[in-house]
Amino acid sequence: MLQIEDLVVKIGDKTILDRINMEIPEGETHILFGPNGSGKTSLMMTIMGFSGYTVAGGRILFKGEDITHMPVHERARMGIGVSFQRPPTIAGLKTKDMVTLCSRGRELDIEELADRVNFTQFLDRDVNHNFSGGEIKRSELLQLMAQQPELVLLDEPESGVDLENIVLLGDIVNMLLERGVKCPRSLTPNPHRKRRTKSALVITHTGHILDYITADRGQVLHNGHLCCVKNAREILKWIREYGYEECVRCEIV
Amino acid sequence: MRDSVNKGKPGDLDLEKYKPVSGSHDYIEDLSRVGTNESQRWLNVGIDVSENNRAATFIQKDNSVVYSCAKTEGLEMMSIGDALKKHDWLEGYMWQLLSPDKDQFTSRSNQMPYNGYFIHSAPGAKITRPIQSCLYMAEEGSIQNIHNIIIAEEDSEMHIITGCASAHHGMSGLHLGVSEFYVKKGAVVHFTMIHDWGEKADVRPRTAVHVEEGGVIVSNYISLHPVGSLEMYPKTILDGEGAVARFNSILVATNDSWLDVGSRVLLNEPGTRAEIISRGITAGGTIIARGEMVGKVAGCKGHLECKGLILNEGLMHAIPELKGYVPGVDMSHEAAVGKIDQREIEYLMARGLDEDEAVSTIVRGFLSVNIEGLPPALAAEIDRAVTETQEDMM
Ligand SMILES: Nc1ncnc2c1ncn2[C@@H]1O[C@H](COP(=O)(O)OP(=O)(O)O)[C@@H](O)[C@H]1O
Ligand SMILES: [Mg+2]
Repeated sequence: MLQIEDLVVKIGDKTILDRINMEIPEGETHILFGPNGSGKTSLMMTIMGFSGYTVAGGRILFKGEDITHMPVHERARMGIGVSFQRPPTIAGLKTKDMVTLCSRGRELDIEELADRVNFTQFLDRDVNHNFSGGEIKRSELLQLMAQQPELVLLDEPESGVDLENIVLLGDIVNMLLERGVKCPRSLTPNPHRKRRTKSALVITHTGHILDYITADRGQVLHNGHLCCVKNAREILKWIREYGYEECVRCEIV
Repeated sequence: MRDSVNKGKPGDLDLEKYKPVSGSHDYIEDLSRVGTNESQRWLNVGIDVSENNRAATFIQKDNSVVYSCAKTEGLEMMSIGDALKKHDWLEGYMWQLLSPDKDQFTSRSNQMPYNGYFIHSAPGAKITRPIQSCLYMAEEGSIQNIHNIIIAEEDSEMHIITGCASAHHGMSGLHLGVSEFYVKKGAVVHFTMIHDWGEKADVRPRTAVHVEEGGVIVSNYISLHPVGSLEMYPKTILDGEGAVARFNSILVATNDSWLDVGSRVLLNEPGTRAEIISRGITAGGTIIARGEMVGKVAGCKGHLECKGLILNEGLMHAIPELKGYVPGVDMSHEAAVGKIDQREIEYLMARGLDEDEAVSTIVRGFLSVNIEGLPPALAAEIDRAVTETQEDMM
């Protein structure tokens, strides 16, 4: 589904990501671990094609197509969707209208979807205006449920979310990735579907989200280098036990 | 680079350049028979010839009152000329809030007055359906000269829509309007004005509002289409405890339009409150967005917000002013001028909108200040007008 080859990314003159190789096969959820400042968000923004992140080498393939220099909206329309950690407020744009825009004409029961993420009372508010950390997450996931991407990129979905809401959040992510047991009617195109097709890259530095969602694989980003590919829980155990520095050393040895 | 001071400055207008209106227009017996051209121009500024859900209608074409009809209990609406004949007390309301000596435009309006509307609600009358008045210019190169009076008696309530337009966008002419509004104790007046004049029209309304104890004036002003030059700076005097003024304006200045628009509120009594919100977009034109609040007593409160977007080179000049004279006034302002944030554009693009769709979505959001008290149909009309304008600008 997603293939990244020898990707080098700069912000200004500074190299932020150095020769990244990564593959997320169809239907798999991968976790991207890494301490603050290691380049996780930059990788996500580069996959989506945001300005300011200059690709100085390598390429990004999505569904076999080279998207390295494709405009942002074309990547979105091909099926990539992002949950941002700090999305901007758009004054005067109501959340429900934003959700409608995300659906791009697809029929949608916004009230039902919003009810799923416990967000109905926010639909008439300007998108992201004075939203708390947890509200931003729910708003982002609601938009993604309307957008229905095939590859979902989630930037720190658990950060700023209180314990009460993190279970709900895990449910939503599972629903979005077709890994849950609950699924709203309007999001079930084919109940007899045999194979899961949704893929995901979930960014986390704490790893808490792993208590709520299942993952196929984990990787660690450190200082712009991708340095470990393993079972996600195994990585998390290492990080929790020894911290990132130690975890990274294991790779070097 | 454009210089806001030099082009279309009010004192520069030469009244001799315009000729007096030459003839008069016939009274319209049946509004439904007005031609579609004209009725469409009126509809664009909120005037509905079907009079659906309207409490009263007044239409002045050039200097002739061509239609005037009020069928609502507790409401009077007629030409100011007729009103002066009917009520001898009305003379006492003329030129009380504005002085004929203010400038050459008020002086002209004093010397050569031609009609205007008189709107009067009886004490306690709650008139829920909007009252519509249309000021329309059809004669090329002429002056439209009017004097309007609104009196909302104690505890009454009115929603007024004033639509101002010229017969076509290429027409030149000068619109002068003196308006004096009296909002008495506990009365509520919602006043929405929509302008659609044209590239060569010059517009100089002069307005003042007097609000008594507990009274409320909410004024919405919308100008989305090109206008040669427009200058208005209504003054509101909050003269009784707890009086409230709220002014919203939505301004778009395309190619060479020149708009100098603001609101001034004097907070003269404790518990008075004022809010001035302005949103302006320049796409090749000039906007001078003024706002002034003067706090003279402790316990008054005001907020001024002025936001401008520059889509195309032009001038967006925000001039928010706060004057406090005693401790205990509470006034603040917020002004921002700039271009659309790239992050917002890319955020929307990440949801599948192309760049143009993203920009127009942001522009529409920017212009959609929450205008309160509008009838839903008018709100929908304004929304449509904003969408169209925003498409034209791109
Ligand atoms: N706009 C920017 N300008 C300069 N440096 C930046 C910018 N954005 C991120 N960086 C730098 O790039 C590195 C990676 O940042 P980021 O991708 O946000 O890391 P993470 O998401 O893993 O915390 C950091 O050193 C950060 O300071
Ligand atoms: Mg980050």
